Formats: sequence, C-alpha cells, structure tokens
Amino acid sequence: MAWTGQILRVNLTAGTCVAEPLNREWAALYLGQRGLATKYLAAEIDPKIDALSPANKLIMATGPLTGTMASTGGRYSVITKSPLTGAIACSNSGGFIGNEIKMAGWDMIIFEGKSPKPVYLYLENEKAELHDASHLWGKSAWDTDHHLHNEYQDPLLRIACVGRSAEQGCLYAGVINDLHRAAGRSGVGTVMASKNLKAVAVRGTKGVGNVRDMKAFMQATNAAKAVLSGNPVTGEGLPKLGTQVLMNVINEVGAMPTRNMREVQFEGSNRISAEAMLVPRESDGKPNLVTNAACFGCTIACGRISTIDPKHYTIVNRPQYMGANGGLEYEAAWALGSDTGVDDLDALTFANFICNEDGFDPISFGSTVAAAMELYEIGAITLATTGGIEMKFGSAEALTKAAELVAKGEGFGRDLGLGSKRLCEKYGHPDLSMTVKGQEFPAYDPRGIQGMGLAYATSNRGACHLRGYTVSSEILGVPVKTDPLTTDGKPELVKAFQDATAAVDSSGLCVFTTFAWTLEDIAPQVDAACVGGWTPEKMLEMGERIWNLERKFNIDAGLTAADDTLPKRLLKDAAKTGPAKGKVNELHKMLPHYYEIRGWTADGVPTPDTLNRLSV
Amino acid sequence: MLKALQLEPEKCTGCLQCEMACSYENEGVFNPSKSRIKVFNFHDEGRFAPYTCSQCSEAWCLHACPVEAIVINPMTGAKDVLEDVCVGCKVCTIACPFGTVNYNADSGKVIKCDLCGGDPACATACPTGAITYVDAEHTGLARMKAHASQTIPKN
Repeated sequence: MAWTGQILRVNLTAGTCVAEPLNREWAALYLGQRGLATKYLAAEIDPKIDALSPANKLIMATGPLTGTMASTGGRYSVITKSPLTGAIACSNSGGFIGNEIKMAGWDMIIFEGKSPKPVYLYLENEKAELHDASHLWGKSAWDTDHHLHNEYQDPLLRIACVGRSAEQGCLYAGVINDLHRAAGRSGVGTVMASKNLKAVAVRGTKGVGNVRDMKAFMQATNAAKAVLSGNPVTGEGLPKLGTQVLMNVINEVGAMPTRNMREVQFEGSNRISAEAMLVPRESDGKPNLVTNAACFGCTIACGRISTIDPKHYTIVNRPQYMGANGGLEYEAAWALGSDTGVDDLDALTFANFICNEDGFDPISFGSTVAAAMELYEIGAITLATTGGIEMKFGSAEALTKAAELVAKGEGFGRDLGLGSKRLCEKYGHPDLSMTVKGQEFPAYDPRGIQGMGLAYATSNRGACHLRGYTVSSEILGVPVKTDPLTTDGKPELVKAFQDATAAVDSSGLCVFTTFAWTLEDIAPQVDAACVGGWTPEKMLEMGERIWNLERKFNIDAGLTAADDTLPKRLLKDAAKTGPAKGKVNELHKMLPHYYEIRGWTADGVPTPDTLNRLSV
Repeated sequence: MLKALQLEPEKCTGCLQCEMACSYENEGVFNPSKSRIKVFNFHDEGRFAPYTCSQCSEAWCLHACPVEAIVINPMTGAKDVLEDVCVGCKVCTIACPFGTVNYNADSGKVIKCDLCGGDPACATACPTGAITYVDAEHTGLARMKAHASQTIPKN
C-alpha cells in the first residue's frame, strides 16, 4: 500500500501509453523512487548503451510517501543513464510535480524509445496522451510552462519540461518543474530532449489514500514534524536563510572551493551569502530575498524566492527577469560565485534565473565556467575561442554572458555545455577539470572535509554532495561530530551516509530532513504507509542494496576502480589557508578500507557473496 | 465564545499541508483538489495566500439555497451544507461573493468549509501559524499589535 500499484509505460517510438501493474516483488526490495526505478532501469537497459540513443530509458518515479501529509512528501526522481558520466543518473526534485503524478494514480512513468517529432505527455488521472510539441520546441522551460498553462487554461496543471539547453545537447541539462525546481544533475534533461520529449503536463485529482494504517501514519508524521520544527537547522536556519546558511560556515572551516578549486576560502563570501540576501539594496530599498517557499508538503520551507536589483545591468529593459523567481541555493551561489570568483549577488541571481529558465545545472555550469576561466588565464583558450568574452576570474559579465550562451547553445556556450571534463580535454589540460566520473564538484572542498573526498570518489553518479553528505557529521555534528581533518572512521561514516541517503531517496521524502531526522524518524512513517515491516534496520539494508545495484550498473557500463578518484589538485596541492592549511585529501588512506567494508574486491567490484546477501 | 479562522498570508510558505489536512478530514484521502481551503501562489510577487470561507453572518449562500441545504451550526457558527438535502443546483456558488462554496463533481453536491465542527484540521496542520482558529472578535488583534508597537516612541 501507499503505492498506487500502477506504472505508465510510454513508448515514444510507437507513440503509445500503456498502464501496467507495479512489480510488487521489486517494490518490497527497493521501496520506490530512486531504488525501485534503478531496479527497473537496470533490468530493462544494457548499461553499455549510448546514453543519448533511443535504447536508453528515462524514468520519472515517485516514492510511497509522495503525495501524503508526511513533511516533504512531494519528491520525485528522474532516473536514466547519464550522458555526462556514463554512469547511473538519478536526480531528485521537489516542487509539485511528484505529488501530482502520484495523485493522477501513477507510481512511475517509464519513457522508452524516441519520438519521430517533438511531443509532450499530457496526463490527467488515467488519461495519458502524447501531443505534438513542435510549437514548444525551441522554447525555454519558462515559456513552455507558460504556453501549456495558457493552452489548458488550468492553473493547477503541473509541468516538468526541458529548456533550450537540453535541446541543444548541453550535457548537464536538467528537467525543470514548477519553473524553478529541478531534477538538476547528470544531464537527465539532455536524455529527455534526446527522446524528443519536451514536457510532461500532469493533473491528478484522485488523491492518495491507500495508506496501510492511517492512524499510525498521522501519529508518525506528526511526531516527525515536531522533530523538524524543534531542530535549529530545519526549524530555524533553513526557513530563514535557506541552504545558503552554509556559505559563511563552510568558508570559515576552509572548505569553500574557490576559483576552480585552487583555493579553499573566498574573500567575497559575505557578499553572496544568505545574510547578504537579506540586506536592503540602494536602488529600491528591497532585499534580494522576497520570501521563503515550500515544496509540496514541506514544513521546513528552505526555498528562496528572490528579485534582482532593478538597476542591475543584467535586467535593464528586460521585464521577464524583473519579477520574483527561484533564488540562490547554497550550491548555486557557490558554483556561480565562489568557484568563478564572482561576488556580485545580482549577477549570481541572474545566472541562476537563466539556469532555471533554460534548464541546466548551475553546479556543473558554474564549475565549467571556472575551468574555462583558468584555461583563459593560462592562455589555453583565447578571445577567439570565447567569441570575445574575457573569461577572467571575478568577471560577472563573463559569467552572465556565458549563462545566456549555454541557455541557447550558441557560440562558446556550446563548448561550455560539454561540461568541465570535455572542455578541459578539448583544450589540452584535463587536469584542470574539477570532476569525478565527469561530473563537477559541489560546494565542499575535500581537503578541508576529508570524508567528502571519499564520498565524491565513490559516488555512483560522479562528484556529488547528495550521495553521502558527511558534512553533516564532520562540520555540523549531526548525528555525531567527527573531525573533518582526519580520515579515521571515514570509510564507515561514508558508507553509513550513502546507504541511509539511498533509503531516504526511495521514500518520497527530502534528504534535507536528515539534518534533523534519522532513519529512526523516517522508518515509522514508511512503515505506517507501506506493508513490509519497514524498520530502520531494514531501511538501511535496502539503502545498501540500492548502493550495490547502482555500483553494479556502473561496472557493467564499463566503469572501474580507476574512476573512484579525485582530480590531482585535491590529492597533491595542499590547501593554502584556513584550518585545513597544508592538507590534501588523503583518499588513499580511506578507499581500500571502504571497499573492504562494502564487501567488494580490492578492485571495487561487489563480490557474489555481497550481492547474494543483499538480494541484488 | 464564537471562533473564526484567522488567515495571515504573510506567514504562508505554500506547502499545502492545510489542503491535505482538509481533504483528509472531509474525504479520507490526501487530495488538494478536494480541499475546502486553497492556497494561491502569486508567483511573480513571491506571495502565497490561503483562502477559505469566512462564515459570513448574513450568508449569501444560505439565503440563495432553494432547498435550505445550508444551515447555521449553532455550536460553531459555521454555515454547514446538509449533503442529503443539497440538490447540487450550484446557486450558492453563484451567490457567494468570495468563491468559497464549490461544486464537487464526484458527489454532485457542493462543498464548503464547516470548520470541521469546531476543530479545523487546516489550522492544526499549518506549520507556520498562517492559519489559526481564534476568538472571532480577535482576528485582527495580531496585526493591531504589530502596528501598535510602531506607535511607541523609540528610546
């Protein structure tokens, strides 16, 4: 129960939409969303295929708690093979699309094949139809959203779509829903566009009611909500300051990657921080932040709604950017700001708007711009390469111009759309790419937070903070404080975070709850909703199962232990300032033991015993 | 003491917990499309506003109903719809100046807020205090207090 028991299979080649029953056996092992969809994908595609070929599939999956009153119960994920990394891709988003898919009666939608012409899926409860989208092709995500709302005259229609960057082949394009929520990482939007699928428009009016034990469910979700509201991070920090609450904290501990990760502290951090977003500006007396906003069912409400200074050069005479829209999260502020050396808050907010408008990942984009700036600095690329843009660290104009070029896939934007790895290879300096498995780093320097080095190196989707966020323990002390500068105990810590996160990502809940919740808070909610006896131990074991399934997918795709590494800069060049001064990331001290406790061979391959133990 | 829902839009984050609580209380499922309270998102302005029936004393809906299916609940003051009497003519939805009585196509009757019989689920569920259930004579008190504080000379 809590599952609708129905999945929708959309064959884009044939133009058919067919309902089929959910595989209950798999649901019992993988719960939903990330885990369950990965199981479907691994069973249905050859991991070796070209991610952008029609043979790839793309799954939009909800969790059993999606669409319920559980706090943050509105999540969905997009699962496919990544064109950026060649590994498994699973990108999670909030907003209001996951709950709508669920309320229309579907646990997941599997897209397969490739449509001969641009189409969008219209889903209204059991009605599922593919419609011509040639009038939407070439439009931004914002224009597509606007157009479909006008067409249907239904303000409650929920829309997920790709922007122009995805159509143009940018390898880190995401799927945008509700204008500024995104399944953002690993190029899942690029895969969607490669199938000529422009949008999914959903209206669900059936609701979610088949909870196993409603009384227990209300009790468990209420108790868990009280934990969130009583916690200083989820109850105060995140609603007031958003994830940007981290900017000054991470800068102080010397783990703020700066100028393509050459440095670990950014002198301009206080000009682009959460606190800076609250300062009234001179032109109109208003601060950057208009309000905080919640995704579906979320009692934390960390989302930022911002405006740009009306006098800022980016929006003069451009009314479409003058209203309030999705503002800076920490990751975006870091990648667009610190990593490029830009400390102009309005330029960052504008670049973030553009990332949302045309659907591309601000982390990968900002990091790629940072790499381009370093290439420019050493003369590996010139004004001739960039089409006249002076790609200098600290240049707001270069950043915002680059964003507009990637959005449309024009000029130097095509190079930037390749991502940092391919860009640096193309111009002869692969070592300058700050990536793991081809995916750009997020906002925590692993020289100052050792466990994150191992988490990045072993993350199944390439460099990522959301696969094992040991920052919680190493910096914030959640659930227990560990020393960020040592490697002791980090393999165990990373494994525990990776497994627990995989479980949370399969439930329909948001991983940000884990600033306050452990599986002890989450399991009772899942258990009240679903048959199967979901204890914290069972959730954790399922997380480990998912981790191994993803790992197996990657190995079958051709990845090896050689891919479990970090850029030379992080392993050889010591941090220059801050508490981690003199430190590099000591990955070699952690990786062998990590393989061992995972039950993998010395080459990082899950042993048959491990796979059997976990029923992978 | 007569109580009323106090709506403070400036506190709303748009999470829709109220809509789920309402639909669960009334329909037994989590289903915002069947909620008697609605949250509106004024996206370009960055504002959210929860809105529902304010239980008019002289209720247009009640007077408009040709079959007397809308009655005053003596305990709560709410204007309740008697579902077995309602014929689904929708005249009340025309009469209501605020749009807070609505037709439910599944049941063929109208639905509106009945204050959950005196313990409104939306107010209990709201995580930010944007919806509270207070003395009907005091719905403006919090705002008065906020403005009153500005009248005190600063030292």
